Amino acid sequence: MVKRLLFLGIFFLVGCLIFGAEYRIGAVFAVTGPASWLGDPEKKTVEMLEEEINSQGGINGIPIRVIVEDTKGDETQTVNAVRKLITRDRVLAIIGPSRSGTTLAVIPIVEKYKVPLVSCAAAEAIVKPVKKWVFKTPQTDRFAVEKIYQYMKKKGIKRIGIITGTTGFGAQGRKHLLALAPKYGIEIVADETYAPQDTDMTPQLLRIKAKNPQAIVNWSIVPGQAIVPRNMKELGMNIPLFQSHGFGNIKYVKAAGEAAEGIIFPAGRLLVADLLPDTHPQKKVLMEYKRKYESRYQEPVSTFGGHAYDAFWLIVNALKAVGPDRAKIRDYIENTKNFVGTGGIFNFSPEDHNGLDIEAFEMLTVKNGKFTLLGD
Amino acid sequence: MRKELKGLVIFFGLIFLFPLLVKSPYYIGVLVFWGIYSIITLGLTILMGYAGQISLGQAGFFAVGAYTSGILTTRFGLPPWLGILAGLGLSLLLSLFLALPSLKLKGHYLAMATLGFGEIVHVVLNAWVGVTGGPSGFGEIPALSFLGWKLDSEMSFFYFTWGWVFLFFLFSLSLLKSPYGRALRSLHAEERIPLSLGVNVYFYKVFAFLWAAFYASFAGSLYAHFMTFLSPSSFTLILSILLVLMIVVGGLGNLWGALLGAGILTFLPEILRTFEDFEMLIYGTFLILVMIFLPKGLVSLRRGKVATGD
Amino acid sequence: MNWQNFLQLVLSGITIGSIYAFIGIGFNIIYNTTSIINFAQGEFVMLGGLILYSFHQSFHIPLIPAILLTLILVTLIGIGMERLTLHPVKNPTVLNMIIITIGCSIFLKGVALSIWGREVYHLPFFFPRPPFRIGGASITTQSLVVWVALIISSAFLYFFYRFTLLGKAMRACSVNPVAARLMGIKVKSLITLSFALAAFLGGLAGVTITPISLMDYQRGSLLALKGFAAAVLGGLGKEFGAILAGMALGITESLVAGYISSGYKDAVSLLILLFILFVRPGGIMGSKEEISLREL
Repeated sequence: MVKRLLFLGIFFLVGCLIFGAEYRIGAVFAVTGPASWLGDPEKKTVEMLEEEINSQGGINGIPIRVIVEDTKGDETQTVNAVRKLITRDRVLAIIGPSRSGTTLAVIPIVEKYKVPLVSCAAAEAIVKPVKKWVFKTPQTDRFAVEKIYQYMKKKGIKRIGIITGTTGFGAQGRKHLLALAPKYGIEIVADETYAPQDTDMTPQLLRIKAKNPQAIVNWSIVPGQAIVPRNMKELGMNIPLFQSHGFGNIKYVKAAGEAAEGIIFPAGRLLVADLLPDTHPQKKVLMEYKRKYESRYQEPVSTFGGHAYDAFWLIVNALKAVGPDRAKIRDYIENTKNFVGTGGIFNFSPEDHNGLDIEAFEMLTVKNGKFTLLGD
Repeated sequence: MRKELKGLVIFFGLIFLFPLLVKSPYYIGVLVFWGIYSIITLGLTILMGYAGQISLGQAGFFAVGAYTSGILTTRFGLPPWLGILAGLGLSLLLSLFLALPSLKLKGHYLAMATLGFGEIVHVVLNAWVGVTGGPSGFGEIPALSFLGWKLDSEMSFFYFTWGWVFLFFLFSLSLLKSPYGRALRSLHAEERIPLSLGVNVYFYKVFAFLWAAFYASFAGSLYAHFMTFLSPSSFTLILSILLVLMIVVGGLGNLWGALLGAGILTFLPEILRTFEDFEMLIYGTFLILVMIFLPKGLVSLRRGKVATGD
Repeated sequence: MNWQNFLQLVLSGITIGSIYAFIGIGFNIIYNTTSIINFAQGEFVMLGGLILYSFHQSFHIPLIPAILLTLILVTLIGIGMERLTLHPVKNPTVLNMIIITIGCSIFLKGVALSIWGREVYHLPFFFPRPPFRIGGASITTQSLVVWVALIISSAFLYFFYRFTLLGKAMRACSVNPVAARLMGIKVKSLITLSFALAAFLGGLAGVTITPISLMDYQRGSLLALKGFAAAVLGGLGKEFGAILAGMALGITESLVAGYISSGYKDAVSLLILLFILFVRPGGIMGSKEEISLREL
């Protein structure tokens, strides 16, 4: 606590001393509250990168300052935080928010004040239709669904049951799961949901079981994605379980215990960085981020921190190239091509403010308590 | 009455001058939320502070107001005024349904019933995806306009909101000064006393319930048109509890307390946000200390000056 | 759906319900001496789970001593909370005390956040063996652990309140604190004792349910909401009421999710709860006269 306060104090003083001679970037993450599993690694990532850049002399000799605001995952708080960053701190660009709901809530504000925002949330609605000032780095949830369906099609899985959490993340996944199934000739025979506080999904799973599907897709956040596999195991359901890219943290595998074995899910390549061939274009970036993050924070890296990593570099690269001008930064990001990030290789355009395609995903599975490439 | 008028003029004078002195849209934006929460607490303090009934479901009425006018204007293109009126109508109807059987309940049982109502609203917002947009919510709610003046800036919305806060304050004040208000106040004491004075306790309790729901619903509509985006995560039990905290921290059964409490608890998270992980420690300690040292709320610091209430 | 599925739904409903009931009886203890609802009850549950995790998984203390240490620690936290926050207040109103417990709840969550962070923790089942099979339905060993702990706790409370002087004195405190004091009962000490007991039972609930429900710093209050519902529905202050109501809630949720709609299961069970409250304003086991004696 003392260390923290001291750090804040020094930070503040330094900030005051060099007031005017720094590039300010805002960051709004759900550092506490129900979505803090997203916001915490994101915050740690940008703080690490900020320090790294400043220790190398900043951008063109001018230090950067990332102002992190905690949104608690709450929309009112996020709106206040973004308004503060834009009008009081006069940041050049904003990283975040962490959740899709909070991102959608602040879009009117950044559009009005013309500030580039690179969101760390997955929902397709953020960039479709394209909003002039809004970008996002996580792979779109639609592609995660398509990746799963492609795999199912290859394996001849035609009848599935889906079970989703009643959170923004779960609801978006459900929407895409339902909408895309016909395209891949898949029939959804059961469609169940559960609330975030539920402790037992046995009733829902029984309903699914009664319809006798070939596989189950569970789209949710913790702890649902640990409880569903455990309940399935208790019920003796041995059909394959697919989960969302929200499973991208090795801690969740530990929480699910033995039941996690064999879960299949799409994710960016960060989780399996060391298994990639050296020739893979992302290998270097992924290994570097993983090494720095894990040695600094003594905890495994997650894909969510990776989204903040990508967002940070998109903005900083733009800042390096065009200087402190919000409109020019926006234009630069929109025209960024072949940017190698943790989430994939980004190619932005005026029609595409996410810049990733389905190839950003890899199908992973859990084997002996570790993530591994699923292969064929 | 004199003193109160003076207080009113000074307070609202300062509020209305604020945007001219402090031009920051950030502070003006936070003050808009203060105004919105104040409208709810001004209603809730009538229910809790005077009629002595507890409600842990106020977020439900807030949500009904927000979603009704949000959905009607966005999906069906109705003018916002109709949307707000529809929200008020629906809230009054729902609160009547809830109030009639609920007010036989007392204390914690009433708290549980109102809490149950709030939670049901929340579940419906999540599950009725076709209409409410489900957990992902929906956006692009049109801005309000007032006498041909489009309220799309923080500043214009600020004046609009605080204008209503002022009116609602006057409504509540004149209610309390009227014979109805005196009857309402007597409810707070033992139920047998007003009964023996010939006061229809049941009628007044239902009346206070509707009054509070009306305020909450109106505030909800303002919230919808200010945020222009709604999702169920803004309307949880946490908000209902926060609203109760506001009026108790400010000073129960005191209109100034309702305003003050809403203000303090709107600004506190803004001040504490930089503390991140420690915010909860400070916030919790603040609540405990206020309750230990100022059990009658923050207004008791200046009891002599403001005399509204009992 | 066949009867085998029905049995499974009922069994998992009982498991869910026993979690609610276990948390619910914690509310009753403090209600019995103070007439207040302790909003920090869920935090006792959360602390039970997380502290046991640290003792058992991080410090590798064997399970039984780790559980004992956890319960002692949670009990001390309960005592500390009461002594530091509620004890110093002179002539508190019920609402004041409730707000103080809300403050404590937020504070304890903050403490847990700074110690355990945001992760979701899980504990292994106490008896790691495959689920039992009854008539084609399965039931895990941990559910049985929760049931046994719940039954022992409530039996203990029943005897404590009915047959010991201390227990009777505690009940007297809430019905009429002034009269109780006149009778020579040390009301304040008994309130401290009730927090100790409630924290102990909350901790025990946390210890036994964490292997099923998992635990993180904010999960306690989510679970406590349902526990509160069970306590109120059963009739505040009635241990068996809470158990009955908790089971009823759990089984209703399970059956609604299994046969009608999982999206609306919480709404349906809450509607049933409201209906029961309207019919029986004092809860299933409560009497009207008793409520009218109480303050709030």
